[in-house]
Amino acid sequence: MAEYTLKIRRFDPQSGEAAYWDEHQLDLAPTASVLDAILKVRDEVDGSVGIRCSCQQAICGSCGVRMNGKPGLACNTHLDEAAARTHGVGWNPEDEADGDLTPPRVITVEPMGNMPVIRDLIVDMDAVHWKKIQRVTPFLINQEPVPEREYIVPHENMVDVTQTMACIQCGACVSDCLSMEIDPLFVGPAALAKAYRFVGDPRDAEHFDRLNDLSQDEHGIYDCTHCFNCIDACPKGVDPMSQIMRLRRKAGSDHKIVDNNNGHRHEDAFVGLVRDYGLLNEAELLPRSYGGNSWFGKFHPAAGKELVSSLSSIVLGVVRGKVSPKIALMGHKLPKRDLASLKRIYSTVEGREERIELNLYVSGYEDDPVETTPVQKPPSVTESAEPDTASADASDSAPADKSPTFPGPDGQGEPGPSESEN
Amino acid sequence: MPSHDVLIIGAGLAGQRAALAAAQTGATVAIISKVHPVRSHSVAAAGGINAALNPEDTWESHAFDTIKGSDYLGDQDAIEIMCREAPNEILWLEHAGVTFHRNETGHLGTRAFGGASAARTYYVADITGHAILHVLYEQLMKYSEQIDRYEEWFTTDLLQDDEGRCVGAICRNLRDGELQLFDAKTVILASGGAGQAYRPTTNGLIVTGDGIAQAYRIGARLMDMEMIQYHPTTLAGNGLLITEGARGEGAQLFNAKGERFMEKYAPNKLELASRDVVSRAEQTEINEGNGFPDGTVALDITKVPKRRVLEALREIVNIGRDFAGVDITREPIHIHPGQHYIMGGVKTDVDGQTTIPGLYAAGEVACVSVHGGNRLGANSLLDTLIFGRRSGEHAAQQALHRSMPSSPISRLNDTQANIQGIIDRPEGGRRVSSIKDELGDTMNRYVAVFRDEDGLLKAHEIVRRLKEEAPRANIDDRGTVFNQDVIGAIELGYMLDVAEATVVGALERKESRGAQFRTDFPERKDEEWLKHIDIAVNGDDVPKVSYSPVTITKWEPQERTY
Repeated sequence: MAEYTLKIRRFDPQSGEAAYWDEHQLDLAPTASVLDAILKVRDEVDGSVGIRCSCQQAICGSCGVRMNGKPGLACNTHLDEAAARTHGVGWNPEDEADGDLTPPRVITVEPMGNMPVIRDLIVDMDAVHWKKIQRVTPFLINQEPVPEREYIVPHENMVDVTQTMACIQCGACVSDCLSMEIDPLFVGPAALAKAYRFVGDPRDAEHFDRLNDLSQDEHGIYDCTHCFNCIDACPKGVDPMSQIMRLRRKAGSDHKIVDNNNGHRHEDAFVGLVRDYGLLNEAELLPRSYGGNSWFGKFHPAAGKELVSSLSSIVLGVVRGKVSPKIALMGHKLPKRDLASLKRIYSTVEGREERIELNLYVSGYEDDPVETTPVQKPPSVTESAEPDTASADASDSAPADKSPTFPGPDGQGEPGPSESEN
Repeated sequence: MPSHDVLIIGAGLAGQRAALAAAQTGATVAIISKVHPVRSHSVAAAGGINAALNPEDTWESHAFDTIKGSDYLGDQDAIEIMCREAPNEILWLEHAGVTFHRNETGHLGTRAFGGASAARTYYVADITGHAILHVLYEQLMKYSEQIDRYEEWFTTDLLQDDEGRCVGAICRNLRDGELQLFDAKTVILASGGAGQAYRPTTNGLIVTGDGIAQAYRIGARLMDMEMIQYHPTTLAGNGLLITEGARGEGAQLFNAKGERFMEKYAPNKLELASRDVVSRAEQTEINEGNGFPDGTVALDITKVPKRRVLEALREIVNIGRDFAGVDITREPIHIHPGQHYIMGGVKTDVDGQTTIPGLYAAGEVACVSVHGGNRLGANSLLDTLIFGRRSGEHAAQQALHRSMPSSPISRLNDTQANIQGIIDRPEGGRRVSSIKDELGDTMNRYVAVFRDEDGLLKAHEIVRRLKEEAPRANIDDRGTVFNQDVIGAIELGYMLDVAEATVVGALERKESRGAQFRTDFPERKDEEWLKHIDIAVNGDDVPKVSYSPVTITKWEPQERTY
């Protein structure tokens, strides 16, 4: 047991008062959850503390809040874990050579961000989160004809979409989405992860339309800035940002969708520049992303326009010595040997027959993890004893839209070629 | 005032399925839920859903397993319907978008489950309920023109007309405290079980027996209320559920001596015997001193290949890590039996009709009865969907032939006065949470895996006392915006009604059958007790008990061994 100070952000819209901190001293085990602490206050001291909660096992998605500044579920965040956050990310008590090794025991609990507060820790998810979910046509549009029996779908595909299916709609990712803070119209991490759930599902008939819709929308998939906040926030490992990147790869690379936000060409330019120079060449970035990777591209009107508009910051950079005129014009370049190594990475990754995508849910039965190759079809224990169910007509079987899975439950890296900032 | 052909209370699997079916039948539909639909506790169902969909499996085999699982208390006509219609329901879900697990040929694949003679459990990793619930909600969003959703509205009363027909409900909008009278030609209760009357329980805080108590209070019969399922694998301390899917995938149970004790109790099915059998076995081991000091036995999931665990049992990896500090892929986890499900509920026929005209019930709130004395794992999702759909269709058809009722506005004022009465309660009563905790501890002590008359009488006495204390319980919150304090006080009353019905039923049944094991009557006695116990309200007095026959079609009761 340990003494904790719990500071709950309270707000009663009927009182006419501003929001305030409600402080309580509690004696609880460090492994008790933040929700345990809040409920202890509500049960024993003040029944008017407002928080949505039900399952207490991180599956119903009700209790999304911010704890010491970080969004998550109150029910699966331990008190010691929340308390340690006051030291900042990566704090390790063993590093504290001098003096007190005990973590501070103050925990602030606030309502989630990016959504209006209704009362105390309860936010209006309808006004933001659910509206955005509705935006992505959130239901399956069936491949026709609908088979008499089940759709025949590769095992790996179902495992693959299970990661986005695991989203519990808690709103933690929406809470701290930086893009949404700047552009409240951004479709956002949760809704785009939901969109992947259909785009990755071979039974859906409208992959292209869905991707095109979200590519052309200026608040769509290219509005994400790769801040990783949603990946950090998600209590279920859905990795919304990774799903957004997969939508981009499917849209730009697989379906060749040219978006009017210039998003995909911008990514291509980014990837191409790093391949050519080893480092980003900013002077070349805009011309390439607007004009394409050719000498003439530099004179593309749109590129010129963007270039002129950014001229002032280039000049300012040179004047302040942040960049030399040579670098500003010619860009950085890695030594030859390093560049050669880099190119080998490119050719390995781009030379693969199938793109490897990371997934939380691995597929298979073997005990030895497969490291880099796409997972082969596993021998199945339960099903081998089971006869095939009657098959639907072969024409019903959905296209083999293969996304091999990859071991590594915590894997968040992106081996795909199209990383960019936007 | 909103008026609809069909009003559905509760938006878990049963409610959402009923809404979709009723809308498809052509009725105007409203669905009301005290939480956002995807927060409904159906979301926590993990392991899967049963259906004899394989050409080599038969619905008769599924039906027999269910009947045997029910210890012959299940009504066989209802079980036949459920098992016959199961395969089409799975296909309907599959076409609606549920991401069911596939086998190596791309067809639907299954896993083994307790009490079943074939692997017929269809699943999505160990988030099956979650996956189905979210897909049904996708469908609700798709049909939002036909189905009005009232999310975060709390139902306080069911309305009846002069003939006693149910004609709507009064509900409170949690966001602003506004009361609204909903007229409806038919009403479907789909508001789930009552697990919070127990402590600990695998059920969420919202599972407070609302629908059971609401129906009971207007005179509907309850049935099989003594049948409370203790799930064999719940975490020590907080009671969180470890899915039966773990044992389906090959996990084994051990006592503190390292013995695989199920060899003794169920030599054929071992860990995959039905839940009442496994729970009793565990409790016997614990009572005889073969458990661990924390009153548990061990579930060893390391028997399942690690990659398979990461694919198919991902959620319990998280639960082990976050709530028990155990990596289940490396070491056994300590578990004990814990309250999980109530087989009983509002008595209905196979179309969901209760004993109150115009009122339907489906899902855990209802007792058809397909589970009888003990529910098989992965049959509850099936129950919610089959009887949710059937209720929705039947209620919609009934509604087409009726005119829209109109309840007097005075009913609204009565409810308003009741709620104001709670808000204006004088300070100083016991805290709601304290009464609720005493109730939960009492039920878990005396009305659990093993019961006897002394304990049950004691429990009844405590529940009666709590019923007197509850109306004076302290209220801190006097506001109208998300006043969860007042809702908590109303829910406490619901739980106490359900608990009393359970205790009275358990006292009445002087035999051991399914989940009811009386140490003072350890035998099953078919001549005397192969019948349902019905419970009906009796003013403020102890409820009235009566009996109804068990429907037997072709499976005569036999001795039950696994």
